[in-house]
Amino acid sequence: MSHDPGYNFAYLDENTKRMIRRTLLKAVAIPGHQVPFGAREMPLPYGWGTGGIQVTAAILGPRDVLKVIDQGADDTTNAVSIRRFFNRVAGVATTTRTPEATVIQTRHRIPEATLTEQQILVYQVPMPEPLFRLEPRLTETRRMHALADYGLMHVKLYEDIARHGHVASAYNYPVMVQERYLMSPSPIPAFDNPKMHRMPALQLFGAGREKKIYAVPPYTAVRSLDFEDHPFRPHRADAPCTLCGSRTSYLDEVVTDDRGGRMFVCSDTDYCEDRQSTQAARGEQAA
Amino acid sequence: MAYVAVKGGEKAISHAHDWLAETRRGNPALPELEVDQIEQQLGLAVDRVMAEGACHDRGLAALAIKQAQGDLIEAAFLLRAYRTTLPRFGHAAPLDTATMRIRRRVSATYKDLPGGQVLGPTYDYTHRLLDFSLAAAGEAPPPAPQAAVAQPEALRVTELLAREGLMARDSESDAEPPDLTRQPLDFPASRAARLQNLARGDEGFLLGLGYSTQRGYGGNHPFVGEIRQGHVTVAFTPPELGFEIELGDILVTECQMVNQFHGSKAEPPQFTRGYGLVLGAGERKAMAMSLVDRALMAGELGEDRVAPAQDEEFVLLHSDNVEATGFVEHLKLPHYVDFQSELEVVRRMRATAIAEASSPAEKELAE
Repeated sequence: MSHDPGYNFAYLDENTKRMIRRTLLKAVAIPGHQVPFGAREMPLPYGWGTGGIQVTAAILGPRDVLKVIDQGADDTTNAVSIRRFFNRVAGVATTTRTPEATVIQTRHRIPEATLTEQQILVYQVPMPEPLFRLEPRLTETRRMHALADYGLMHVKLYEDIARHGHVASAYNYPVMVQERYLMSPSPIPAFDNPKMHRMPALQLFGAGREKKIYAVPPYTAVRSLDFEDHPFRPHRADAPCTLCGSRTSYLDEVVTDDRGGRMFVCSDTDYCEDRQSTQAARGEQAA
Repeated sequence: MAYVAVKGGEKAISHAHDWLAETRRGNPALPELEVDQIEQQLGLAVDRVMAEGACHDRGLAALAIKQAQGDLIEAAFLLRAYRTTLPRFGHAAPLDTATMRIRRRVSATYKDLPGGQVLGPTYDYTHRLLDFSLAAAGEAPPPAPQAAVAQPEALRVTELLAREGLMARDSESDAEPPDLTRQPLDFPASRAARLQNLARGDEGFLLGLGYSTQRGYGGNHPFVGEIRQGHVTVAFTPPELGFEIELGDILVTECQMVNQFHGSKAEPPQFTRGYGLVLGAGERKAMAMSLVDRALMAGELGEDRVAPAQDEEFVLLHSDNVEATGFVEHLKLPHYVDFQSELEVVRRMRATAIAEASSPAEKELAE
């Protein structure tokens, strides 16, 4: 497969890619620290994955196999659009199978399958600053990160617990990286946070509009903020997947009628399909 | 099964784009708009797209307007996405607007001044009555009468004030200006970076902010020292040549707003300037920009920063309509994973709240 000859491989020019790679190296060297970079205007809108796309474009090689998911699914429209973009401008092979991918670009989910050292997970990040709801000023949050002054976030979590009995954040749940930098895991469900901890795969985060890149190198400690008497607890809908029966995967709720009917299905479509086909194969063997 | 309905994104996207193309063209029985017609007859739209798209190319801006069905923010986005693929050669010499070939120049601070007042092609003083004769195709209007002598170069009004010591001079610098398309904005931002941001910023956003300064949110008694519009020469020194060459002429609109300043410990009382410069004939934006520029100088001049227009981070991080439209519109992307986790939290909180409400006595006992 070849790429569109009208554009450089993976769309960005080589100087831009080099600039992004330098930023990535710095980000990997300081896990969880947001590194500013000269994000380019992409032919996709800001907020639709331009940061992730730029990171992917900078690391992609001709032999890479790319998987793109949005909400855990390969077939959501924006994932389809981004996959088509790279298919066109980089001509790389694409896949929906998690184990086959070398680069996985994601929005809002971490795949259920355990990732390996051979894989890179690229997150699309809308707001890289974990403190932005508490302090919108970047000059202020920059100072707070420099001093590791994260009292504001702890107070917020404490107030949640005092008011509601537990933390009210269900996604984009703040994490501490290597016990130094407070980091936004991007709007993944809190359910996914534990997967970031000591993940064998390299995790890269790109925020195009906010012009920041950060990273979690393989096997880095990532701790969801909590208190001794209120330990972090990830939640999922209390049901099995209707399609594959999984009781451990993160579920989407699908409304099936207007009388309160609903079913729960895996948000990770590849995980779900894989389980279904394995079950079908077992069924055939048994028969 | 209902779940299947969310599949097939690729086909849906392709069909949606076909539908868009059909809608864009409209009734095929009517003649298609030509890019030249847009460039010539919707010139102010072209100017706005060039300014906010940060790319001076009338033809491409007109094409973008056609492709975007006249949605000017979409058109600016198209132009930006094209512009970002172009190589950067360097930065041009500062435009010398004092040598502008003036087609419009008005000052509200002086009745008459060297170089005179020139109204130019303006909507000012037109009565906003719909001209029904334009509804039917007609003859082109006769050429407007021209002055017998060419408009002379005119000294800038702010220069007149500066020579008298009444206007603070902006410090000159030979340093390479920042390029916001290459380096992310950093705070506190330099004035050059601020002006660059405002020049690319959304006209509506700047208009609203500028207006807010007039209504007491950080105002400084502005006077239009001068608005001038005309062609200026862009000059550039290629490193391999080592001498300056002229690249061509561009139409720009410049506004210098004169503002009262009572003085501070470091500065005597004098006038200060708010500066606006935009590509094309975007006079409204140049004026709004100069109001906002002056408001943003509050910190440097030791004034209280209390109003939104004086807040550098607030203004500069929200002025870009391509960024803003992308992020606002991204809300229509699927968010069902996040929403699901919110659902679980709200259900849990409701269960706790209902349990507590129904058995307060038991709760007390338990405690």
